Amino acid sequence: MKYAFFPGCVSKGACPELYQSVMQVYPKLGIALEEMTTASCTGAGVLQEKDEKLGDVLNARTFALAEKQGLPIMTICSTCQGVMSQANHRLTTQPAYLEEVNETLQEEGLTYRGTTTIKHFLWILLEDVGEDVLRQRITKPLTGLRAAPFYGCYIQRPTEALGFEEHPDRGKSLERIIEILGAEIVDFPGKTRCCGLPILTINKVNSLSMVATHTLDAKSHGADIMVTPCPLCHLNLDGMQSQAANQEHTTINLPILHLPQLLGLAMGMDPKSLGLQRNLISPTSALAKMNLCL
Amino acid sequence: MHTTLRVRRFNPEQDHPSPYYQEYDLAFDPSDSVLDGLIKVRETIDDSLTLRCSCRGAICGSCGMRINGHATLACKTKIISVAPLGGTIDVEPMNNMPVIKDLVTDMTPFWEKIRRIQPWLRPAEPAPVAEYLAPPESMNHLAGVMSCIMCGVCVSDCTVLEVDKQFLGPAALAKAYRFVADPRDVTTATRLEALNQPSGMWDCTRCMECIQVCPKGVGPMDRIMALRSKAMAEKMPATCGSRHAEAFTDIIKHKGILDEPMLAIRTFGLKHVGRLLGMIPMVFQSVLKGKIPMSGPLHRPISSIQHIQRLFKRVRTKS
Repeated sequence: MKYAFFPGCVSKGACPELYQSVMQVYPKLGIALEEMTTASCTGAGVLQEKDEKLGDVLNARTFALAEKQGLPIMTICSTCQGVMSQANHRLTTQPAYLEEVNETLQEEGLTYRGTTTIKHFLWILLEDVGEDVLRQRITKPLTGLRAAPFYGCYIQRPTEALGFEEHPDRGKSLERIIEILGAEIVDFPGKTRCCGLPILTINKVNSLSMVATHTLDAKSHGADIMVTPCPLCHLNLDGMQSQAANQEHTTINLPILHLPQLLGLAMGMDPKSLGLQRNLISPTSALAKMNLCL
Repeated sequence: MHTTLRVRRFNPEQDHPSPYYQEYDLAFDPSDSVLDGLIKVRETIDDSLTLRCSCRGAICGSCGMRINGHATLACKTKIISVAPLGGTIDVEPMNNMPVIKDLVTDMTPFWEKIRRIQPWLRPAEPAPVAEYLAPPESMNHLAGVMSCIMCGVCVSDCTVLEVDKQFLGPAALAKAYRFVADPRDVTTATRLEALNQPSGMWDCTRCMECIQVCPKGVGPMDRIMALRSKAMAEKMPATCGSRHAEAFTDIIKHKGILDEPMLAIRTFGLKHVGRLLGMIPMVFQSVLKGKIPMSGPLHRPISSIQHIQRLFKRVRTKS
């Protein structure tokens, strides 16, 4: 199982603990990675506000680079996954458009034939690594830990571009992982809603309201922690949680873990090696539940 | 075949009205829609069940409601598609609007927002002797957004309206785009200026709920993004939203990857320095926790930046 690894800007920027934890867990799962160091940002849907075609050209270049390597792409960010999936959907369903985009790539000697698969680490765990292997790697089941899933919009919608028809279980994949890791799923209505990050710089009050709504809701359903496959959601739910609590005149203190951090704990790894000391909301109390400390 | 409809009930005429759930066991035919099921319940089990419906063919937009947590048209949703094994189906009124009774919601706030965007054509005067002319391709482009049947489904599932009732919302903004992009309308700048204000086009989170649930393929969020693109192209007064998109694009052009601190500085600018300072507690805490970018604090450009810059030049010159 070898992949062209697309880490995304945030795992290399504001959430280095995500990159760190992925680096810890992937070799133990039979996964081999070749990092795409020459690929650009996907545009995150923001560049697409200025110019959607420019976004498609940049992503087609990334797909062509992976195609040349003969590898599927692995992402670790719901937003990267969603933006790339949408671009790939537009390119592979409109041959004339793909041809037009390919013209711009020619100068670099690249052509995209439309064969690259793009998969989030979350989907790879279930669809490629498989439940059996995953269970074999669990040495410290997260028994007694109550974990609330939080997906990130771009890995849930639009389902047409995300291959939900072919893989209907993708919509519930995070719950499945929580269950395999031995933790208890805390289901709550906000798990597929918006974290608020895209409007943090535009309407901070609304953005923080979303953080408070989802974290408080998960807590009221009994969550010890929240787990997300999206570092952008993490930036808001973890990074802005204290300010959200102040805005709503309450305390929240719900640790937000990146998916590979939770996986690493179940694989018996040292919390520090997974970068858990870098999470702004300290996971100390949740770790204590598993007899672990930072 | 059998299923259970678990319906959220609410009767304002009760002494202490409060919503509750009632279950109805139902025999259904494979061709039955959820609306067919509800009508069967009303006609054969409980005539107090209140719902709104008319055409039964996804044209009138009356039967918007939430089925298993997502808004949709009950007439367009087959029972067998939401409960293939005959399980329970949750049926609730639309969200983000007041409930009048059971599954009937008050659409007044919805219509008030539609009116606010002035949903009528404002062409040049005096009127031509014959009809106003428009190129066929521009009207073809508008056909998708003109398919809107005003059912309110997108408004029900809008994540911004959940926290801010002032937001214009996906339906009104999509309708606004229908007139902004109409070549016969001569008030594009005035319309964009109004939509460029707080609670307008920049408050959308791009969560795609409206795209996912729209029963007519209108793609409201795509129209909101098109409004943003047009506002930037028409040089509308800068907002934090437009500066965010401009700065993000420019950073990718120069570095190939995102530089988060630079994005925040350029988004807020000197005009909103107070808001920039509001980010300091988070930044300070992040640094203390060792959340330092792996590419260094200055975010060096990626090694193939010359190719990225060439693509920018090529695409942007062409467009």
